[in-house]
Amino acid sequence: MDDLMSVVDWSRGQFALTAMYHWLFVPLTIGLSVIVAIMETIYYRTKSEKWLAITKFWMMLFGINFAIGVATGIILEFEFGTNWSNYSWFVGDIFGAPLAIEGLLAFFMESTFIAVMFFGWKKVSPAFHLASSWLTALGVVLSSMWILIANAWMQYPVGMEFDPAQMRNVMDSFADVVLSPVAIHKFFHTVLNGWVVGSCFVVGVSCWFLFKGRNRDMALRSIKVAGWTGLFGILITLWTGDGSAVDVARVQPMKLAAMEGLYNGRPAQPITAFGILNPSKEADNDEDPFILDIQIPYGLSFLATHNPHAFVPGINDLIDGVRMTEEGDTFHVDSYADRIAIGKKAHEALRAYDTAMAQSDSEGMAAAQAQLKENYKYFGYGYLDSPYEAVPPVALTFYAFHIMVICGGYLLLFFVLVLWFTYRQPRFWSNKIVQWAGMLTICVVWVCSECGWITAEVGRQPWIIESIMPTRAAISAAGENAVIVTFWMFAVVFTMLLAAEVCIMLNQIKKGSKLDYESLKD
Amino acid sequence: MELFYLQAYWWILISVLGAALVFLLFVQGGQTLLWGAETKLQRTMMVNSLGRKWELTFTTLVVFGGAFFASFPLFYSTSFGGAYWLWMLILISFVLQAVSYKYRREPGNLYGTRTYDIFLFFNGCVGCILLGVAVAMMFFGGEFTVTMTNVLDTSAPVISVWAPSHGIEAIFNWKNLLLGFAVLFLARTQAALYFQLNIDGDDALFKANKRRVLVNGVIFVVFFLAFMGVLLTSRGLQATSQGGIPTLLHSFEWVDYKYFHNYITLWWCLIMLLLGVVAVLYGIGAGALCKHFKNGLWFTGLGATLVVISLFWVAGFNDTPYFPSLLDPNCSLSIRNSSSSHFTLEVMSWVSVIIPFVLGYIIYVWYALRKPITPKEMETPGEEKY
Repeated sequence: MDDLMSVVDWSRGQFALTAMYHWLFVPLTIGLSVIVAIMETIYYRTKSEKWLAITKFWMMLFGINFAIGVATGIILEFEFGTNWSNYSWFVGDIFGAPLAIEGLLAFFMESTFIAVMFFGWKKVSPAFHLASSWLTALGVVLSSMWILIANAWMQYPVGMEFDPAQMRNVMDSFADVVLSPVAIHKFFHTVLNGWVVGSCFVVGVSCWFLFKGRNRDMALRSIKVAGWTGLFGILITLWTGDGSAVDVARVQPMKLAAMEGLYNGRPAQPITAFGILNPSKEADNDEDPFILDIQIPYGLSFLATHNPHAFVPGINDLIDGVRMTEEGDTFHVDSYADRIAIGKKAHEALRAYDTAMAQSDSEGMAAAQAQLKENYKYFGYGYLDSPYEAVPPVALTFYAFHIMVICGGYLLLFFVLVLWFTYRQPRFWSNKIVQWAGMLTICVVWVCSECGWITAEVGRQPWIIESIMPTRAAISAAGENAVIVTFWMFAVVFTMLLAAEVCIMLNQIKKGSKLDYESLKD
Repeated sequence: MELFYLQAYWWILISVLGAALVFLLFVQGGQTLLWGAETKLQRTMMVNSLGRKWELTFTTLVVFGGAFFASFPLFYSTSFGGAYWLWMLILISFVLQAVSYKYRREPGNLYGTRTYDIFLFFNGCVGCILLGVAVAMMFFGGEFTVTMTNVLDTSAPVISVWAPSHGIEAIFNWKNLLLGFAVLFLARTQAALYFQLNIDGDDALFKANKRRVLVNGVIFVVFFLAFMGVLLTSRGLQATSQGGIPTLLHSFEWVDYKYFHNYITLWWCLIMLLLGVVAVLYGIGAGALCKHFKNGLWFTGLGATLVVISLFWVAGFNDTPYFPSLLDPNCSLSIRNSSSSHFTLEVMSWVSVIIPFVLGYIIYVWYALRKPITPKEMETPGEEKY
């Protein structure tokens, strides 16, 4: 068991490492692809050489980032097979389809039209080139869509049934998988977050131009495009974030409890606006969860249900199966101990089915299948020994969520100010504090984006598929040493490539700031 | 449509994707030829010629993996999770390739152009050889077992279990390596043919590529014939019962000259193989020996495609498991016992209707950007180049 957990931990570490690196580059690709397409559209309409130079400058940075995003992306797809082989069979019937469709619909579109973007300026017509830039941006969005559908399905498994003969889940409704509300919110929340990242990057780099007093007009034009894209992006991100919170409250209440560090819920639950967790607090002791906290009355009830008086269960309520009406009357649902017992019954039923099938005992198979169906909803709990194993890491989830929310609020203010300065108070762009704020916001948006990903992925532990399969049951028999070696191999390679990317970007930005922009015709 | 027809349809699509990937590996082959460039300009032209196609090969590999996952998830689970080192080495080589074109000449790339060119060489060799090894395992098997009930073992819940060497043994299996090296030298041959087609205005390079076609083409033919000789005289597994999904109860037994018999039974595969071989030989011969002939790539490409499709078909059809288990023949994977469900295959089949449209725009863009690379273009400042 210790060996198994070691392989699981290293495999999780490797997947997290790859995903975190991938997630450094992909949001920027998503954002820059659309910003570049908008800029090229302006060039196409105005035929201004200045807009052409602006488009080409940001396109260059897009291309540098795109390459490393592709490099880290290929690993993720194949790691489902190399490190999570059980998962690949157990739900491959459902999960494989979005990945294949992603490749077919999105990757070919990206890889085909990006070649036109970079090499087609003098080989194809301007209209075809512009269409290629938009098709590349569309390909990037489609790619995100299918991968987020797959991810959403892991958090909220729908559109499937368990087939005991094959010991795996099989899809029975493609529409349920694709149109799951969790998938829809996740798609808009994540893609529009990419627009925000891209916009912050453009504003930040432009602020550096202003700081250095180089190509001021180029910087201000870029800020104008990025400002609108960023404002639109952050508004939709916040709106769909609200939808995602309602989804989480409904389908992953333990994740919500961890996000808020909430152990004992109540009606009209306040939300923690700021808090420092008590490190000695565990689900099974009576210590105060916080050393310091600032609460907003009714906040969590409203966030989770849009009803300020609703009950929001905490970690202990979920473990004990306790719920409460708005009036404060308690009632009980399945506790986690019950779920574990039901999950183990499901395992027994599956064993009985397998035995009956080997003996060609059709009555035994039917009886076992009926028992399995009745208990399958908690199949994953059958792997757990204690209800406390179903609690995600609270501190990491809590802090990641709160940092994301605080940064998100800041970014809304940031883009409002960017547009206000641009249209009403352009003199502020000469202010060094504003320029520094613009540059430092690049760091803020990346922290925000990574924290969002941590909240989503750490908060759903221990499940790889909510309630159906814990992460540890999804593993490959790759061997601990093999995974340790590949973990460090990827850590070294990705870090080296990240360092190269940053240096190349800085060089290109410096080069762009020295571009002979003023002599170009408008 | 019945499940078997959907399984067969998806095996055909996988075969076509595999064949397209082998064709597009000319990019990898070209990366191994860069070191033979006689001047800096030649190398620049070769890199730029390849650099405008590398993403197509990369994407085809990703789609090949995704399509395998969606249609035959038990293979994905067993092969990728088991032959861990084989796949990890393939992947890391493609990771390095993905950044190398863009970064190799950028100022501030930290490690210098030479390092990125080494990455490209590494990807060219390792990618081709190990992808060939992975395909060869579909004939010569792997050391694995598949036990579905393991999923209920909470202390070791792994369904597919591989030999402790985790794929190293497959990499050093000489039979697998025959195909691996055949793929590498085919890719190098096709790369030299691609340069003939895609680079203009440098006679010395054109002649050098004629020599490369001849040398690499001959070595390819030797490896390919050795592989086919071993394959056609090898034993293979034959399904002896037709349980199939949902029972997964197949049993398999060893049969001598299995793949030879498959080629006789599946005579259309034999015709494809022979036509493919003739086309490849014509492409190599004309590309190497005819003074002004530039279009050898289309012949070798078409020929390689036909040969690879025929290999996939004799690996998977005629009651043959396409992934034999050397530890327990009854754990072998066939297109019947490793596929996705009827529902998923049907959904995916509807999605596959879009393939002609995708092919259409790829061909259109290839055509739109068909203008060959010239020394003048490489020397013109302001042009995007690698």
